[in-house]
Parts: sequence; structure tokens; C-alpha cells
Amino acid sequence: MIRTLLGATAPALVLVLSTLAATADTLAITNARILTGGAKGDIGNGTILVVNGRIAAVGAKVSIPRDATVIDAAGKTVTPGLYAVGTNLGVVEVDQVEETNDNSSSSQSISASFDISHGIDPQSFVIPVARNGGITRAVVTPVNGEGEGRELLFAGQAAIATLDAGSDPLVKSRVAMVLALGEAGTGAVGGSRGAAIVALKADIEDVKWFSRNRGNYNSGATRELRLSRPDLEALVPVVQGRMKLMVMVHKSADIREVIRLARQHRLDIVIAGGEEAWEVADELARARIPVILNPTTNLPGSFETRDATMDNAARLAKAGVLIAFANGDGGHRAPEARYNAGNAVAHGLPHADAIAALTSNPARIFGEAGKVGTIERGQQADLVVWSGDPLEPLSEATAVIINGRTQPMTSRQDELARRYLKLDEPLPPAYR
Amino acid sequence: MYRAKFCVALAVAAMVLAGCATAEAPEAAKPAAPSLDPQVDSNPFPSTYKPFAGEPTAFVGATAFTGNGKRIDNATLLVKDGKIESIAAGVAAPAGYKVVDVRGRFITPGIIDAHSHLGVYPQPGVRAHSDGNESVSPNTAQVWAEHSVWPQDEGFNAVRRGGVTAMLVLPGSANLFGGRSVTLKNVPSITMQGMKFPGAPYGLKMACGENPKRVYGTKGSPPSTRMGNVAGYRAAWIEAAQYARKWDGWRASGGKGEMPGRDLKLDTLAGVLKGEILVQNHCYRADEMAVMIDIAKEFGYKIRAFHHASEAYKIADLLAKNDICAATWAGWWGFKMESLDGIPANAALLHAAGGCAVIHSDDPILAQRLNQEAAAALAAGRKLGLRISDEDAIGWITSNPAKMLGILDKTGTLEPGKMADVVVWSANPLSVYAKADSVYVDGALLYDRANPGLQPRSDFMIDRKAGGTE
Repeated sequence: MIRTLLGATAPALVLVLSTLAATADTLAITNARILTGGAKGDIGNGTILVVNGRIAAVGAKVSIPRDATVIDAAGKTVTPGLYAVGTNLGVVEVDQVEETNDNSSSSQSISASFDISHGIDPQSFVIPVARNGGITRAVVTPVNGEGEGRELLFAGQAAIATLDAGSDPLVKSRVAMVLALGEAGTGAVGGSRGAAIVALKADIEDVKWFSRNRGNYNSGATRELRLSRPDLEALVPVVQGRMKLMVMVHKSADIREVIRLARQHRLDIVIAGGEEAWEVADELARARIPVILNPTTNLPGSFETRDATMDNAARLAKAGVLIAFANGDGGHRAPEARYNAGNAVAHGLPHADAIAALTSNPARIFGEAGKVGTIERGQQADLVVWSGDPLEPLSEATAVIINGRTQPMTSRQDELARRYLKLDEPLPPAYR
Repeated sequence: MYRAKFCVALAVAAMVLAGCATAEAPEAAKPAAPSLDPQVDSNPFPSTYKPFAGEPTAFVGATAFTGNGKRIDNATLLVKDGKIESIAAGVAAPAGYKVVDVRGRFITPGIIDAHSHLGVYPQPGVRAHSDGNESVSPNTAQVWAEHSVWPQDEGFNAVRRGGVTAMLVLPGSANLFGGRSVTLKNVPSITMQGMKFPGAPYGLKMACGENPKRVYGTKGSPPSTRMGNVAGYRAAWIEAAQYARKWDGWRASGGKGEMPGRDLKLDTLAGVLKGEILVQNHCYRADEMAVMIDIAKEFGYKIRAFHHASEAYKIADLLAKNDICAATWAGWWGFKMESLDGIPANAALLHAAGGCAVIHSDDPILAQRLNQEAAAALAAGRKLGLRISDEDAIGWITSNPAKMLGILDKTGTLEPGKMADVVVWSANPLSVYAKADSVYVDGALLYDRANPGLQPRSDFMIDRKAGGTE
């Protein structure tokens, strides 16, 4: 229903916004060092051909059609567009201005059913800053809301958004359910892990009962259920293993508990946070549970993260755990995810794995593999041209291409910088 | 009379005070308990820091960023008795010096974090550790951050691994006057006094804008607006000036009449008016900074630095003219209304206008990578077309914060006579892959990435076998 509605409005939006992004049916990026992230690995000097928004060819020798727009990337590096994972891009404009925050619910009856996709603002001034930093796609993720007497564990459902200035941001709503356990979860329910886990198991049983007894529920022949109807409904695909359950959890013992739950209830889990995940790396690898982490959170900020370490990413990857990088500080600092990835490399993670944790791995975790995340024929053309090593702060994105469209490389921040570059003009900056 | 004035002058210079107040005071003065006179002992919690043992060391073959905008290739840095002896290109190590081969590597002065809450908001961040904001009254100039510092904060060790050798630990920004800050040497210590930077001046934390008016406005007491904030500062300075005049008058009279009452809050504010305590002012917006500058002029004190200063670039000329540093980030913006216009090029634009730009952390994770934050700030400046060298950007995390803290005569550059606070980097510190290989404080090797015996950990971490470290 919702997606149909948005689908209907999307063409009009594209018409309005297309002036912002340069459209070229055929685009060639030449002389580039290409980190394909795919079977071809790194190409020292090659060409990427983009036709109608898709990658038509990539390699050392690619013939370029005469009508192609050419970006000469000599001395530069091209990567797939980066994901911002676990971000509030587009749903939080100013953190401390609550009216601009659309990333949580404080309602007693809207927790699991909270659908973040409705709040994604195409006019967000945070999005261009992220895009200039090479981010082309976001997994916009809710956080637990607080309300008086609220005892609910689920934060709601994440959505995938594109940062393409030429299209509606929403790509797919309801891509994952977000659940807080550990200290955050016990803060929401009962004050102890023993209460939060019992509540979670009760919720799962309730949802299973609900999915089999909708008729009884509708006719009032129901049993006592902790959750509202919309929340029960939203959780049906989760308990059926059809929707990813993103569990925010930090401590290794809590991660073990989640692994047990996943096995018992056949849940499709991804761990988010996971500062101590390296301590259970082999178990996570065996259970094929991916981990979304910020590789720089290395301090014992709580009793849940006493074993946090800069080695977390490297150790998880070595054990065969699929990892993706999130910047825990929200949308405004989303561009820093690539520096954080660089720090993971400085602490033992192979460079290609660090790039994958920003590109192909999130695509795999969130069901977009084969569509985006690598530079391979047939993939959507989400590409970034970098002045140097993409993980270096001294490198910058010189061109960003999304859906084959060359993106505008300016933001409100850039305009402010230019406005105040000279302070001794005859008229105030307001005239510039 | 003359003698009394002389004593006051001496007091300002913080010398042989006790002598003035007792032996040389006129007979008419009643002998007062020393703790009742703010100038008798203005340093009741003295530093017990003593440099650790080092040996004469020659660092040979490095690329040196000296901190004051210079780069020396193939540098030889000589360190002796805890001090920098010399630095020059292509000099052979003299006999009697331990030679450290730093060919292919980089050396810088120790990084100085100009805005830290280490120790006052220590790890783990549980409620019992929340010691940074005495948010019970908008003016708590009487509190001193050092009395909240927990030396077992593992953050101190973490930031040393990132090259930080000194820092300014501040109270939080809930209050108009948050209290005194303290400058610490980043050395493992059982006591706070063992970390206190000898001879560093005190600072006074002040805060503009949203925080004080929110904290008190929501409690139904003043201030609740920015104009309420300003009225609060001015009322406090008037009270402080009257207090200082009362004490000065009493001393000038040779201690005749009743000794004025002592007030810890006003001691600190009077210390600012006398120029002994440096104002460290949390302030984001350009227009508010301009108002704070006028308040400082009205009451005759100096603002040493604006902290966070997201809009410093809008008044870079005003800040440069008034010789006020601005400490800021590259990547933090938009978390509140007053930080909405923060831009990555902020520091670079201030630097280009001739101002004192500083990259600070306000965060124990970021504080481990101030070099990378400086790199991001530099990249933003270069993108704007500003010509700023790598060695200039290193000044944003070394000499400029040293100036801001009032310790530039002691550290912050690799100049002869300075404390030998030195970091050896595995690569150019502006690279994300660079690591601090070794960190020296006063010439003593206190962190060595290759030697587990020189990787200190706090008591809190003693049972953690693998976490926390590199």
C-alpha cells in the first residue's frame, strides 16, 4: 500500500529533481585505478562504462562509444559507492531539535511497527554532506524510543535509501527489524537481562500465535498479548525468518545468548554494535551471523564493552564473519566511516576487506548483492572517484555517480565556506 | 604602605607569598589562618609530578614536523635531561646518546588536547562516574575539575597511544561558569597531583548559548535565554570586581580593619580579572563570541580561547585581531542548533586569516586520533584552495593548543629548551595508517608499541587480557 503510493509519486519527483543531477545515458570513467570489489579484484588502469544507469563494462581494455561523457580519472581511484549503515541520514536534521528527529517512536503501541521510511526527507541538508563524502546509499535505522512506562524492546524497521539527488530517496522500506538487548534492552524491560530475554521470548510466542490465529484475534477470542496489533503484524516476517533482525548488543555473553535464540527460533540475525564480538568470532562465523560495527570504539565505555579493541574488525574478518562498518554517531558524521575503516586497516584488516565492509558486505547483509556494492557488469552504477586512497582523510571524492547520474558536489557546508572565504568585502556575506 | 603594595605585586607573581603575609605584614594586622586569605596559598593542590628517568637520546633520520610550522628532513633530534637539546638536519649522533633510528619515520611534538573530559567523565561512563558538570547553579566558579579527575580512567592510556602527552581537562558546559580547568601531563599516576602540569596556569570554563539556558530554563530558574546568560556573566563579574577591590583595599591599608570574607567562587573570578587564570569559553556562534569579547573588554579580562567555535570562520578576522584561539573539530556539526553552521574548513579558514586554530576532541575516541582530525580539517582547507602545509596543520594539535593552555614556553614545539614531549610516528601522522610507535614525556619513554612492558593500563583494566589495547 505504502510502496504503491510512493511509487506513484516517484516519477513526478524525478522530473523535479533531475535538474540537480547531470544525466548522461553513456558515461565512461577512464584511466582509473579500479577497486571492483568483485571477481576482477583491483584493476591498475582501467575503464568503467556506464550505460542507462548500469555498469555495461569494466576492465583494462573497454571500447568507449563516441557519444559517451568521459571522466578522466588518471591518478585516481574508483570504488563502489559507500553505504552508511545504521545511520539516521535523512531522518535527523539537528539532533537536539526534537521536531527534526524522525528516527524513533515513543508510542506505547508503535514499536516493532515503527516504519522509518515515512520520515526520510529528500530535502535533508545532511544528505549532500554524506554524498560528497562518497556515500551513495544508506540503511536508515531506528533507535529505541523512550516513553513513560514504555516497556518495549523493538525500535522498529530500517529502510534503504539512495542518496541520488535525482530520485526519491526511498529504495526499500522494512528491510530489517531493530531490537535492543543488553543494557539498553534491560533499560526498556524489567531492568535485568533475565526479564528482557523472557519478554522477548514471550513476544516471539505471541507473534507466532497471532500469525496462526488472526481470525480469533479479530473476533476478540484472543489471549493476553504484550504487543499491539501493528507491532504483532510487523513481527510476523521476523519470526518466520523472512525479515532480518538487527540486534543491538555489545557484550560477548549477550551475543552468545542471541546466537542461541537465533538457533531456537530460526531467526535471521545481524548483530549491531558488537564491540566484544571478536570473543565469539568463531561461533558467529559458524552461525553465519554478520556483525555491523564501528571499528574505532575501543574503550570500556560501559560494563558491556570492557573487552572492546581496535582489533575487533580484523579478528572477525579473519574468522570468516561478514562485517559492515557503521558510524555510531549518526548522519552528520557519516563521511567519517571511511577513516574508521582506514583505522581498521591500520589494526590488521586487509584493505580490500575494509572497502568491502563499506560496500559489498552491507549489500549482502541487506539483500542487495548483485544489484549494488561492487563494480561489475550489470550492477547499478553507484561509483565514487577518489583523489587518492579512499580511506585517507587527505583524499577526497572528486566525483560521485549514483544510478549512472553524476551528482552535484556541493552542500550547505560548502556554500557557507565559500560565502565566508573573504571577510573584507564591501557588503556583508548575506549578499554573496 | 609601600611594602604592602609590594606584597600584592608579589602575590600576583605568585612568589614568596607566605613571607609577605606573615613576617612582613604590619603589626596592626591580625594574624589570619592562611586558608582565609586567597593569596597566601593560591596553589593548595600542588603538582607532585616529577619527570620519569630518561637517557640522553638521539633521534636520527626522521622527517620532523616541529610544531611551529617547520619541517626538517633527515632531522637529528637530541634530547637530554628531559629537555630538547637541539634539532637540525643531517647531524650525526654524539657519543653518549642512545641512538633511535627513525629513518623513514616522522617525529612531532607530543599532541596536546585542548578540550578533554578525561578523568571527570571516565571510562566506564556509568552514573557513578559522572563528575564533569556541577549543574546545580549557573555559576559554579568555585569547583575545580581536578577534584573530579580519576587517574584510573583508561582513556588516558588510550589517548597516549594516539600521541597525546598533555591535555586541558575541563568541567562541562552546563553552567555559565563551570569551574576551573586543569592542565595534565599524560603520565600514569595514582594521584591527580602526580599528573598536574607543573607551572601551567589555571583556566576558567565559561559556556555560552544553549546549554546553560536549557539546563536552568527547564528548572524554572535563570538563565532561560541568551540575554539571561549575558546578564548572569555581567552580574558575576561585577561581584568579582568588588570582591577583588575589597581584598586589594584591605591589603593596601596594611591589613587594617576586619579581614574580608573569603569566597572560593569569587577567588576564581578575581583570578581571571588579575590575569592569572585563563578564560576557556565554550561558544559556538559568531554573534555570541562577539558579545563575549565585549563583555571581556567591559570588565578588563582576556578570553584565551573559544571552544567548539563552530562559526569561528565567520569572524576569523575578529578572533585574529583579539588574539583569541578557536578550538574546533573537522567533522562535528549539526548536533544542535548552534552547531548547525559548523564546517570542516573552519580551522583552515581561521588559520588563513592569521588566527590561532586548534583541533580539539571533547571525546575520548576522537582524542586518540587528533592527527587524523587535523588531516580532515586540512583537506577541507585545501579543497577551498587555501595553501596550508602538513607542518602547519600539525601546529593545530601541538603549538597552538600549547599557546591556548599557556604552556607554549614549556612544550608544544621541538625547540631547544622545551620539555622533550615527543612522538615517533610510523608514517606521516596525517595518514590514517600512521601509528605512534613511541611516546616520550619529558624525555622518558612512556609508551612503546613494540614493547608490551611499556604499554601501561589502568587498574580498571587489569583483568582484561586482550581488550582495550591496540
